[in-house]
Amino acid sequence: MKKLALSDEILLKIDKPARYTGGEINSVMKDPAKVAIRFAMCFPDVYEIGMSHLGIQILYDMFNRREDVWCERVYSPWTDLDPILRERKIPLFALESQDPVRDFDFLGITLQYEMCYTNILQILDLSGIPLHAADRTWADPIVIGGGPCAYNPEPIAPFFDLFYIGEGEVVYDELLDRYKEIKKQNKSRLEFLEAAAQIPGIYVPGFYEVTYREDGTIRAMTPVNPHAPARVARQLVTDMDGACYPEKPVIPYIRTTQDRVVLEIMRGCIRGCRFCQAGMIYRPVRERSVDELKALAKSMLLATGHEEISLSSLSSSDYTGLEELVRFLIEEFEGRGVNVSLPSLRIDAFSLDVMSRVQDVKKSSLTFAPEAGSQRLRNVINKGLTEEDILKGSAEAFCGGWNRVKLYFMLGLPTETDEDIEGIALLSEKVAETYYDTVPKEERHGKVQVTASTSFFVPKPFTPFQWARMCSSEEFLEKAALVNHKMREMLNRKSLRYNWHEAELTVLEGVFARGDRRVAAVIEEAYRRGALYDAWSESFRNEIWMDAFAACGVDIAFYTQRERSRDEIFPWDFIDIGVSREFLYREWEKALREEVTPNCREQCSGCGVRRYDCGVCLEERSAR
Amino acid sequence: MKLRIRFRKQEELRFIGHLDVMRYFQKVMRRAQVAIRYSEGFSPHQIMSFASPLSVGLISNGEYVDIDVSSADSSEAMRDRLNAAGVPQLQVLSVRRLDDSAKNAMASVAAADYVIWLKKEALPASREEEKALFEELLAFCKRPSVLTVKKTKKGEKEVDLKPMIWNAQAGELKLLRPAYAEAADAAYGLSVRLASGSAANVKPEQLLGAFLEARGGAESSVSFQIEREELYAVKEETGSLIPLEAFGSDF
Repeated sequence: MKKLALSDEILLKIDKPARYTGGEINSVMKDPAKVAIRFAMCFPDVYEIGMSHLGIQILYDMFNRREDVWCERVYSPWTDLDPILRERKIPLFALESQDPVRDFDFLGITLQYEMCYTNILQILDLSGIPLHAADRTWADPIVIGGGPCAYNPEPIAPFFDLFYIGEGEVVYDELLDRYKEIKKQNKSRLEFLEAAAQIPGIYVPGFYEVTYREDGTIRAMTPVNPHAPARVARQLVTDMDGACYPEKPVIPYIRTTQDRVVLEIMRGCIRGCRFCQAGMIYRPVRERSVDELKALAKSMLLATGHEEISLSSLSSSDYTGLEELVRFLIEEFEGRGVNVSLPSLRIDAFSLDVMSRVQDVKKSSLTFAPEAGSQRLRNVINKGLTEEDILKGSAEAFCGGWNRVKLYFMLGLPTETDEDIEGIALLSEKVAETYYDTVPKEERHGKVQVTASTSFFVPKPFTPFQWARMCSSEEFLEKAALVNHKMREMLNRKSLRYNWHEAELTVLEGVFARGDRRVAAVIEEAYRRGALYDAWSESFRNEIWMDAFAACGVDIAFYTQRERSRDEIFPWDFIDIGVSREFLYREWEKALREEVTPNCREQCSGCGVRRYDCGVCLEERSAR
Repeated sequence: MKLRIRFRKQEELRFIGHLDVMRYFQKVMRRAQVAIRYSEGFSPHQIMSFASPLSVGLISNGEYVDIDVSSADSSEAMRDRLNAAGVPQLQVLSVRRLDDSAKNAMASVAAADYVIWLKKEALPASREEEKALFEELLAFCKRPSVLTVKKTKKGEKEVDLKPMIWNAQAGELKLLRPAYAEAADAAYGLSVRLASGSAANVKPEQLLGAFLEARGGAESSVSFQIEREELYAVKEETGSLIPLEAFGSDF
């Protein structure tokens, strides 16, 4: 039988053993003796979450196209297996070969959300890799991080040898080639890191020193190795059609979060919402061509056998070929047992028509993301969705048979007043009223149901709000209570539902989002005290974290509740994302003046990414 | 047109559950472009019926799924197409055509054959000891009554498995398993036919559990590998048990 890292006895007593046994369709097996580099690609969360991530599938496919590389997958062992691995000293292993991760050349970890940071330490710890990069030798893999949280890697900097800043398709080949050379020449690990530091987009945290002022802010971040550049340039794909795409993604046996073909139609967003990090770090918008997407849809559905295909982008309605693509997908695949799913669409006549064809209107709900309760605050955040858009969209949808609406908001946005907060309840009420005004009594299918959800706002690096103050968890909960109270005053309160996120978790996210290297000690301390799977509410334990902050003498409020001055040096300033700090500051000032900024197709706002000469920057603009 | 597919479940796929096998085959049907028929309604699903779910941890050479298709080329071509679109651990052994009036796989199962042997890590020091263990297990199956305690919702209940154990023989493992089966490290084993299905049902793990408990040793049922070899249904005309595969014919 195939060699498995875990015994039958263990596999039969843990939940979902197939998380650890590999052997999925399209997973890649190679002869380890015939490859030069073994790469363990890790998503630091449970298998079902990690397997649903498109980015990993892209890199897995890209690496395995190289004959000299075997890329395998690693996910976080669930909380039932974790103690067994520790107790029996079973080293963490990769799924394909079932070989220990420690024997690999690279361990790549994708950083999708801040609350997975303790899981990273679990991966290193269970693999038997020293937690601190400074303690590693050639006997350990090169540990490299990438993904959205790498845009401020400082809170986890000591745990990584390298970070890849930007989109993975660009300089990995160069990095791997350099590694092969250095290994062949029997050079030192340090020499490899020095060579890596010279590749654009590769950041070697150990080559920089950070000094602080008396008030705790950063005085300077300086390279202390001659090979390290002062600034690290974010890498981006300039031609999406040329970028590789996994036509044969790995298909899990067990049900995962994303059990469908995912078509990435474009990268980036033209909208420029001021709270949104993705909207800044993926600039400019770059589209894949409709023709390529049609061909990909066909070949991927055939290669996977999935019964659903979904479009992926930050704002699908802004994809220029949307109508043509969607009509093609429906005509080609509906009625052949394939569902077409269309997330993040703006509600208008077209999308309602399409949705009524692909989903059961009675069972589905309509989603709007106004993000803020008043027009004033929507101007502050530059969310170009008006109350009229929402009410008109709702009215059309209600006429089409829908009677459930979901509304997403954020609480704690800069300049927010009680009036803005109460606006959440008032807007929900207006949506409910719209239902009763537009749908005659005899045509109603029961009551309308309006569900408002609020998350708490976290200022993120490389957004105009990176200077902003974030609320404390008490403030957050007061705001939620105010919404809740106002909801109950509404005439249609029986049609309204309200729920809100966990405030404590959000505050921690805020610390990690804008944290510096001093936060790393807290993460390590919390991990030692038992924090793990913090993104899962069932395992998140805030008291561990509070104790860890206290033990390390790190002040949460310094990172969250402080509005930054214009010239403060941020931990992430060494990264050049293409969007200029001047633009972001201009946007911050406009936000405070409640002024909106047109989207990239209406008018160029001079954010700085024009120099990449690609995507929307090259389009003719509709209005100048 | 109703088709009956016989397939194996081997290697690490002993750790995927019954629902995962169903999802796997739904995807295989689409990858292999089988003209499978869908149910009516807003969310149509493939018309597919599996016989007797296999417990996680067991391997098998005798799993069955019935499907309904609008067209199909030939037994051989269908089998090859399904295998090309699937994994070797879930290899399709045959695709045969059923009469339109045939009962579906799930409803008709009455018995199952299993072979039990020791996993590599549980093998005793000598072949004699190994052989003796299975002689003992055989003797256990041949007792006048095989009592075991069954846990139900209402509490514990003593049941006699004996009427549901139909046939047992111990011997050299390679003679008990089909010729195409991958070699195991063990040399001896037990083959047993057990009642299976809605009328009477006993799982091989239950039999093994009863044996180990009566024996009082340190062995745990995890030490044993169980493989299902065949599923049977009653042929109405004769009242005899015949393999599910034999209800269909090649086309």
